Amino acid sequence: MNILVCISNVPDTTTKVKFADDNKKLDIAGIQWVINPWDELSLTRALELKDVASSEVAKVSVAHVGPATSEPTIRKALAIGADDAYRVNTEATDAMQVAAELAEVVKSGSFDIILCGIESSDYNGANVGGMLAEFLDYTSVSGISALNVSGGEINVTREIDGGKEQLVVKAPFVGIVQKGIAKEPRIAAMRGIMLARKKPIQVSEPKQAESATALLGFEAPPPRAACKFIDADNPKQLISLLQNEAKVI
Amino acid sequence: MSIIVYTENWDGKFKKLSFELSSYAAKLAEMLNEETIAISIGRVEAEELKKLASYGIKKIITVTDDRLQTFDSRTYTKVISDICAKESAQVIIMANNNSGKSLAPRLSVRLKAAICSAAHELPESISPFVIRKRVFSGGALARTELKTDIKLITLTQNSFDLCESPVDVVIEAFTPEPEGASPAITIKEQEKQTGKVLLADAEIVISGGRGMKTPDNWGPLEELAELLDGATACSRPVSDEGWRPHEEHTGQTGKIIAPNVYFAIGISGATQHLAGISSSKYIVAINNDKDAPIFEAAQYGIVGDAAKILPQLVEAVKESKAS
Ligand SMILES: Cc1cc2nc3c(=O)[nH]c(=O)nc-3n(C[C@H](O)[C@H](O)[C@H](O)COP(=O)(O)OP(=O)(O)OC[C@H]3O[C@@H](n4cnc5c(N)ncnc54)[C@H](O)[C@@H]3O)c2cc1C
Ligand SMILES: Nc1ncnc2c1ncn2[C@@H]1O[C@H](COP(=O)(O)O)[C@@H](O)[C@H]1O
Repeated sequence: MNILVCISNVPDTTTKVKFADDNKKLDIAGIQWVINPWDELSLTRALELKDVASSEVAKVSVAHVGPATSEPTIRKALAIGADDAYRVNTEATDAMQVAAELAEVVKSGSFDIILCGIESSDYNGANVGGMLAEFLDYTSVSGISALNVSGGEINVTREIDGGKEQLVVKAPFVGIVQKGIAKEPRIAAMRGIMLARKKPIQVSEPKQAESATALLGFEAPPPRAACKFIDADNPKQLISLLQNEAKVI
Repeated sequence: MSIIVYTENWDGKFKKLSFELSSYAAKLAEMLNEETIAISIGRVEAEELKKLASYGIKKIITVTDDRLQTFDSRTYTKVISDICAKESAQVIIMANNNSGKSLAPRLSVRLKAAICSAAHELPESISPFVIRKRVFSGGALARTELKTDIKLITLTQNSFDLCESPVDVVIEAFTPEPEGASPAITIKEQEKQTGKVLLADAEIVISGGRGMKTPDNWGPLEELAELLDGATACSRPVSDEGWRPHEEHTGQTGKIIAPNVYFAIGISGATQHLAGISSSKYIVAINNDKDAPIFEAAQYGIVGDAAKILPQLVEAVKESKAS
């Protein structure tokens, strides 16, 4: 069984975002780029499944749609333990375009489980996984918080609104993962970093998929009212403010 | 042409979000001069269905096929897109919850519809169709143009006020085409929470962080939540430590919620935490460090010891309920 983990390249989560070009573009100066946290966890789980004795997972690959400048992020995934990588050589413009390009990667190989994160931490789209599944006409399962493979059977836990379900899913499918899939992201060891230098990154040219949306510009979120402090000796006043002023309780 | 709303029911009863979606659709329908149509999958009594008409829904299409009892996003997508095609959908509106997140992207490809996910307001213009959405976990808004003829919007819960505008409604049944392939998903087990307010649905959320000190201190926090019909939540370290169940963890890597009021008790307000809760209408912070970043995000704050303040809040709510 082969697993493909789709990884997006996002600003480190503590980045204070700034915009350039009259607020039309993200100001990339000084940004530390990392693997999207969800994708790091998916990769960790895929590798955990591969690393057990007599594993049924033969290979773990990663795929990324982005220009050469995102290769350090791909190398990091290889250093963590992915066997090989695919990169579609184009700037990512929106989810529809990224998913269409990823579909080509999937079709070019032989993958049983394709993992995407629930969302990218930059644009918070939560779209690529489902779109990819539809382009491929594969089943997709969202909200996966556990993934297991045994006896050729794929078992997942799916979070639903107000509960969870244990499912058996037929391959090939796209799994869209969320919290719980792995505990902590695996960290690249020195040996992994050395090995990663020799692992192959297969670069393909885009099929020039079109995007469905256009990003017109950014705005600061509306300012929130400054905090009103209530005396710690009289917390009851908070309740009356929430009842009579904010009218939320 | 029409505006389609995908509603959701829970054991035959609509969730509040279905009325929010309907209210949003009715407003959008006014802007576009279109009719609103709701889709309801599963068994819902006519009396319950008609509640949608109070929020401006003029037609309801029901699907009660037993094959849809297992939620498989692929088969659901087929059914919904067939209805959208039949009704010449121009805009499709769904909730930004687990089911909306799994259906909307698939529908978007199938119907060649651009998508704005996690929207919280109406579009600023219709032609071109421009809508703002929160990006960078609430750190900025992105003005986004949806360039395709058909558009898809997933709406954040609690972000749009209910708006009553009663109309006459017709109810129609839709029978999906038979599926050839055997199902790709089999459910082995299902666990559902009962009798508790769900975190995703809650309008009031009481959340505790490491400042709660030990898992034994959660009594008054839970009591406060119960008194207010709210849900309980926590920060990531609290669920990592096993003090609270992992379903309660809010933030960038946990649940993203938008209640009317979020109480952050003993929570420092790290950006990753704020990412999950910054869309809340009001944030109340209780923290013994006056410089904690949570106070920058909060509208009401108390600087003090949570262990002392919580029981007094419980008292105050009890008193106000009694009077
Ligand atoms: C990639 C990544 C993703 C992350 N995702 C999330 C996420 O989704 N959600 C999340 O929550 N965190 C997340 N984190 C962790 C986040 O950075 C913070 O570490 C975490 O939110 C801190 O939790 P806390 O506020 O409970 O604890 P602390 O930061 O330890 O804060 C405790 C607070 O309690 C106050 N306090 C102490 N004693 C009292 C008292 N007696 N009464 C009142 N107040 C008191 C303190 O002043 C302090 O402000 C993530 C981190 C990373 C790197
Ligand atoms: N440029 C990209 N290359 C590869 N995978 C991506 C890319 N962008 C998004 N993804 C995948 O899609 C998931 C959801 O992203 P999004 O829809 O952008 O929020 C991510 O967690 C990744 O798994």
